[in-house]
Amino acid sequence: MITKIDKEFIKTLAREGKREDGRAFDQFRDLKIETGFAKNAEGSALVTLGETRVLAGVKLSVGTPFADTANEGVLMVNAELGPKASPEFETGPPKEGAIELARVIDRGIRESKCIDLEALCITPKEKVWMVSVDIDPINDGGNILDAAGIAAIAALHDVKIPKLDEDVRPIFGTNSGKLKLRHIPIPVTTFKVNGALVMDPDFEEEASAEARLTVTSVEGFLCAMQKGGESNFKTEEVVRAAETAYAKATELREVVKQAVGL
Amino acid sequence: MSEEHKKIIVGDRRPDGRALDEMRPITAKAGVISRANGSAHFAMGSTVAIAAAYGPRELHPKHLQDPVRAYLKYVYAMAPFSTQDRVKPGPSRRSTEISEVSRQAFNSVIFLEEFPKAGIEVFVEILQANASTRCAGINAASIALADAGVPMTDLVSSCAAGKVDGKIILDVAGEEDTEGEVDMPIAYIPRKDEIALLQMDGLLTLDEFKEALELAKKGCMQIHEKQVAALKERYVRVASEIAKKGPVRESAEEVA
Repeated sequence: MITKIDKEFIKTLAREGKREDGRAFDQFRDLKIETGFAKNAEGSALVTLGETRVLAGVKLSVGTPFADTANEGVLMVNAELGPKASPEFETGPPKEGAIELARVIDRGIRESKCIDLEALCITPKEKVWMVSVDIDPINDGGNILDAAGIAAIAALHDVKIPKLDEDVRPIFGTNSGKLKLRHIPIPVTTFKVNGALVMDPDFEEEASAEARLTVTSVEGFLCAMQKGGESNFKTEEVVRAAETAYAKATELREVVKQAVGL
Repeated sequence: MSEEHKKIIVGDRRPDGRALDEMRPITAKAGVISRANGSAHFAMGSTVAIAAAYGPRELHPKHLQDPVRAYLKYVYAMAPFSTQDRVKPGPSRRSTEISEVSRQAFNSVIFLEEFPKAGIEVFVEILQANASTRCAGINAASIALADAGVPMTDLVSSCAAGKVDGKIILDVAGEEDTEGEVDMPIAYIPRKDEIALLQMDGLLTLDEFKEALELAKKGCMQIHEKQVAALKERYVRVASEIAKKGPVRESAEEVA
């Protein structure tokens, strides 16, 4: 929760073109990415963005493909906003916030076609790899969506596909190679705070924002967008947010590349 | 699947004969459910949505009551028989997300502060789906809310632009939806020139995005006219029936 006086303070600052911590509106906090954080996951990454920390873990299992994509592996993205990360999160099944978070990240990955799902087919129509990306915010210091999207793609790059035994069951802890990944989709969310367009807010700034727009992009293309929040954007603001988010993603992508060894 | 991609758009003609910037035929009707405070039927091509609006009314459960504004509830659902494969009834992850972004699209146009503690509720059902169901739902909901007499600054209008075979098109439908590259639904508030919903899936360059956004806004303006016309027609109907035989009673046949 944010007090009214703090909210008013942040909004007044935004109107004056300023932020409490002195950052420029499009300036991110320090981004750190640590892959291989969860040893029992086939791939994982811990993303630190200022106070915000989000862990993403990838588990691989063998399952049956969907009938309409019989030669493709299955990608699933799930997020749980548990009470450990914020006093605002509650226990229980995922609510709107967690569902939207997971679906926005899922679409960024899926629509960029960054993951070669056909390469995850083991025997057509029968056995394919099921790739589950689970997003686990550790501390909500604001902007967990961008952090989660970066964690998810870094974790996918970290995946070691297990070897299979003769019954086509994965052998835990073995490594038969990496996932085939093409691009690095990066979500960048623009928040509207008292009319100002701000990126990477801390939790107080985020709580003061009236609307947000997430733009996920790869080199050369925007691949997914999602507007949220209780207020709206002008056309000019939407275009500006898309342009800035694209430029910012290019910057952040370099940090991801370095972290995953590309 | 390395088979050659079959072109869907030949020249500048689309599979159903439309031009690139042409919407499907739209029908809109206000007042189709007599028990609801307000209601509407909205079809764009073979996508059909029906919406019922209630309120402002007492809100239950009580813990949802907000002492400073009305609570806006928006429920999007697909009828089980609305698609090729049966849709399992009840909320899904998809419908939960659509309900939430649609509610947000209406949040700024309704005078919620006028009705503290009350509930304003919209229930949208997709009776028949052929792409842009969330858009049809929003368009129906707008009319239903206005029909219920809920004070609003404007009607929210919604439609999608997309990219198929490298071309930016308006109101994606049919195989354009299943085979196309991009689907980008927006909701637009004409009076304020504001974007109230924006989602995009697929690959677009920045320039293509700007083109798609302008095209979608143009589509929303056309829808807006139909929504206004539906509401006017509703009250012409009411007035003429009152003149004829006193208070209106709608027959079952009018429930589309």
